[in-house]
Amino acid sequence: MTGWERFTDSFFNARVMAQYLPKIIDGFGLTVVLALCIIAAGLALGLLLALVRTFSIRPLNWLIIFVVDLFRALPPLVIIVLLYFGLPNAGVELSGFVASWLALTLVLMAFSEEIFWAGITSVAKGQWEAARSTGLGFVQTLGFVVLPQALRITIPPLTNRTIAITKGTALASVVAVPDILGAANAGVSFSFNPSPLTLGAIAYLVLFFPVVVLGRWIETRFAWKR
Amino acid sequence: MSTTTGRAPIVEARDIHKHFGHLHVLKGVDLRVVEKELVFLIGPSGSGKSTLLRCLNRLEEPSSGSVTVDGIDMLDPKTDINKARQRIGMVFQSFNLYPHMTALGNVMLALRKVLGLGRAEAEAKAQAALDRVHLADRADHYPLQLSGGQQQRVAIARAIALEPRVMLFDEPTSALDPELVGGVLAVMRELREDGMTMVVVSHEMGFAKAAADRVVFMADGMIVESGLPAEIFADPKHERTRAFISQIERH
Repeated sequence: MTGWERFTDSFFNARVMAQYLPKIIDGFGLTVVLALCIIAAGLALGLLLALVRTFSIRPLNWLIIFVVDLFRALPPLVIIVLLYFGLPNAGVELSGFVASWLALTLVLMAFSEEIFWAGITSVAKGQWEAARSTGLGFVQTLGFVVLPQALRITIPPLTNRTIAITKGTALASVVAVPDILGAANAGVSFSFNPSPLTLGAIAYLVLFFPVVVLGRWIETRFAWKR
Repeated sequence: MSTTTGRAPIVEARDIHKHFGHLHVLKGVDLRVVEKELVFLIGPSGSGKSTLLRCLNRLEEPSSGSVTVDGIDMLDPKTDINKARQRIGMVFQSFNLYPHMTALGNVMLALRKVLGLGRAEAEAKAQAALDRVHLADRADHYPLQLSGGQQQRVAIARAIALEPRVMLFDEPTSALDPELVGGVLAVMRELREDGMTMVVVSHEMGFAKAAADRVVFMADGMIVESGLPAEIFADPKHERTRAFISQIERH
C-alpha cells in the first residue's frame, strides 16, 4: 500500500462512509436544531439586555455588565461541563442537549449584547435629538430611529460571532450529545477508521457555508441606499 | 424692542442659567419672542447661543430659570414634554435625517407616531410639506442620495409638517457648501413670509439684515445687546458687538 492509498483508505473509505452516513445525517439534523435554538434564544436575550441597558438604570446595568463579562470570560466548554456535571449536585438534571443549548445561549447572549450595545451607542446623538425634537418619546425613538440603524451596523460582527459560537455545538459531543461530531466520533470508534470525521467536516461545511454567504447577502441588502 | 410690544409672546425664557460641570455657559439670559417674529441670535462661538436655543425645547435642561412656549411651562415636570415639542420645530446644523428612511418617510414618522395620523393622511401632509421646501420630486430619495442643501430642506419639511408654533434653527447653513446655502435661506424666507415665528442661530449676516425683526448679540453666556438689524449692524452700542460685527464683515 502506497502512502496515498493509506491516506484515502483512512479518510475517504467509501465502505465506512456509507455505513456511517445515516448516523452523520442524524447528527446533522440535531446540530441544526441545536444551532437554531442557540441563535434564536441567544440573539433575543442579547438584544433584550442591550435594550434594558439603554434605560440607564444603574444597578441593573452593573448586573448586566457583570453577567455579560462573566459569560464572555468563561470558555464555553467549561460552562457546558459545569451545567451538565455540576447542576445535578444542586438537584437539577439537565440532558446533554439542554446543557449545551443553555451554555452556548448564555455565551451568545453575552457577546451579542455587547455588539448590540455598541451598535446602539454608535448611532449619532443628533438622531436622538432630531427624533425627540419632533415629539417622539424615548421608546419610539429607540424603536423607529435608533434600533434600525444600530442593527445594520451590527450585522457583520454579529454574523461572525454567531457563526463562531454556533460552531461550538461541536462541544456538545463531550456531554454525550450525538451531534455531527458526536456521531462522527462514535463512527471512528466503532470502525477503527477516521473516515466518518471527513463526513463530519463535510457536514459542517454544508451547514455553515450557506450561513456565511447569507450573512454577506444581508450585509449588502441592508446597506444604506446611495 | 419697541416692535415687539402688543403682541403675545410665544417664547418666553427668563433668567436661564446653564452649567456644564465647571463651565457656566448661560449666565441669566432672558429671551422673549412674539408671534410672527424672526429673532436672530448671533455671537462668537462658545457664547451660549446654541445652548440657549436647545434650552427652549429642553433638548438641554437649564440649570435654573423658566421657559414658556406657547403658554406651556417647558420645565414643569408635569408637562408632557413630547406633546410640548410638537409645537416647536427644530432644524440642526448636521440635518440629522434618518438615513434608513426616504425623504417622505423622514417627514411622515412623527405625523404617524406622534400625531397618530393614518397612513394616507400622513403621506398627504408629508408630501405637502416637501412641496413647501420644493422637494416634492425627491420624496422617495434616501438622505444619502440628496445634496446637503436638499437634506436640510427635508429636515425643515420634517419640522413644519407638524405645524409648529415656533421654529428653532441651529446654524442651519453652517455645514453646507456655499452654493447650497441660498436654497435653504430661500425656504426660510418663505416660511417667514407665511408668518412663522422663528429663532435662528446663524452667521448668515446678509440674511439677518434682510429678514430679521430683531438681532440678539450674545457673548460669554449673556445677552450683550439686542435691537433692530439696522441698529445692531450699523450702530452697535457695545464694544464687544462692534468688534464681533467688524470681524464678521471682513470675511
